Amino acid sequence: MTALNDLYQSVILDHNRSPQNYRAMPDANRQAEGHNPLCGDRVHVWLRLEGDSIQDVSFQGSGCAISKASASLMTAAVKGRTKSEALELFDRFHQLVTGRLAPEKGETLGKLAVFSGVSQFPIRVKCASLSWHAMKTALDQPGETVSTE
Amino acid sequence: MAVGRYGGRPDDPSGAPAPVNNASSAPATDIAVPTYRSTGLLPSRPTAFDVHAVRADFPILSTTVRGKPLVYLDNAATSQKPRSVIEAMVRFYTEENANIHRGVHYLSEHATEAYEAVRGKVARFIGAGSPREIVFTRGATEAINLVAQSYAASVLRPGDEVLITGMEHHSNIVPWQLICGRVGARLKAVPITDTGELDADAFDRLLSDRTRLVAVVHLSNALGTINPVTELIARAHARGVPVLVDGAQSAPHLAVDVAAMGCDFFVFSGHKIFGPTGIGVLYGRESLLEAMPPWQGGGDMIASVTLERSTWAAVPSKFEAGTPPIAEVIGLGAALEYVESIGLEAIAAWEGELLRRATDQVSTIAGVRLVGRARHKAGVLSFVVDGVHPHDVGAILDDDGVAVRAGHHCAQPVMERLGVPATARASFAFYNTAQEIDALVRGIQRVREVFGS
Repeated sequence: MTALNDLYQSVILDHNRSPQNYRAMPDANRQAEGHNPLCGDRVHVWLRLEGDSIQDVSFQGSGCAISKASASLMTAAVKGRTKSEALELFDRFHQLVTGRLAPEKGETLGKLAVFSGVSQFPIRVKCASLSWHAMKTALDQPGETVSTE
Repeated sequence: MAVGRYGGRPDDPSGAPAPVNNASSAPATDIAVPTYRSTGLLPSRPTAFDVHAVRADFPILSTTVRGKPLVYLDNAATSQKPRSVIEAMVRFYTEENANIHRGVHYLSEHATEAYEAVRGKVARFIGAGSPREIVFTRGATEAINLVAQSYAASVLRPGDEVLITGMEHHSNIVPWQLICGRVGARLKAVPITDTGELDADAFDRLLSDRTRLVAVVHLSNALGTINPVTELIARAHARGVPVLVDGAQSAPHLAVDVAAMGCDFFVFSGHKIFGPTGIGVLYGRESLLEAMPPWQGGGDMIASVTLERSTWAAVPSKFEAGTPPIAEVIGLGAALEYVESIGLEAIAAWEGELLRRATDQVSTIAGVRLVGRARHKAGVLSFVVDGVHPHDVGAILDDDGVAVRAGHHCAQPVMERLGVPATARASFAFYNTAQEIDALVRGIQRVREVFGS
């Protein structure tokens, strides 16, 4: 398997083509915009937070397959989780895409493990983590635009 | 097909392979074979454009990336450097390094002479009347900022206008926004058409009694459009408006003659013309440079300094404060010599061939759309693949060793106007080959396979 096949796994291509939770959320109570000025990628993330629990999460935006699939899988991964669980997941995801996650911890990421190939392409780390940064910003400082620069 | 159609050596069939696509997409065959300008510098080279001989002058072109031979198609971002440029800079630091314009010692005198000789070389290269009209800057961007902060700042009054176009690089937009914002002037832009050409009628309409300066790109970095600058300059001059031409992309690919063009300012960068980074050129009409106030203060740009006041050196030193990038100027001189040894007519003819071949083949791939289809183009092929973001196109091409740019190309207004968030862009230089165009085409076909589009 080449590094390129590793990057563009079929799960990623599927989520790029048919992303989950790709919609605006009129009743969201948290939202944030992620922007990568280097490449122009934009992603808007909406959350409905009830107490400490992420009841619903959605996104819209434009970007490469890695950023779009990552946003799609991010929404699926954090829906129903608590705020601290979602942030902890981001932490592990970020370790995965930067190649710093111990192999035995890879399994705890479930479907997100398909992004392991990103670590071989340092320039794509920002693509993979853009929506996660937006999600974190929505939780921490709702209404902000976060830049990955 | 005839061997040597693309200038390959007759004894090397790989120099001119059959096109990847079928015969119907093969480029026209009746292209005159470009010849070297007879400089006498390259006696061993044949008269046909020998791309393989040229490639041997560029060490980096024989490297591999990701285990594949490098196919460098990102020349609009920066160009590769011939050995003569690299060696000139190494030689300067190894044997000749000294500061200029001040030392009385041998090395300083020698370095000053070499530095000023390049000024003369630049003047001849672009057809300027005198070396005094050549100011060294850090690059084309800095040269535009110099004109904005010195010339425009002293002539613009509130309500005045600066006219640019909708196909400018950010470097020919933002400096004007800064100065217009500071003095209360207005920045206007000539719109472009769907094919990526300047709307000439709109240019006439937008040129008003309040226009104090026109700044226009010669060759668009995002689209490859060649603007009819000579015509635009004539129209602006008819209304007494001076014109700055951004030649960052044109100087390396088209023969430039500022006198024939008639422009008042012309800027270009060393690194795009096979020279080093950190060096660029501002050509300014001498009478304008004389009248302009200094831009940055410091050593070398003064005639005399007291603690109360200073007087300025004559042009062009007035605009060169501090120790300049001397080795880079030496490298630029070597680059211009190299380009002259091949000749810009030969370069433009060969690159035109490459662009035709690429345009013909890429436009036949289903699901691929060319962005920028102006009638007069050079060296740039911008495209989008349906359903695939340009960054993914770039990543897949990169896996095959094919280097292209993906993004907005520092021309966001162009992308917005043409309704695309970004494009993939292949940009050519005279050292690119027909086989490299074929590698690009194969790479785009692989993009479609990977994405199943």
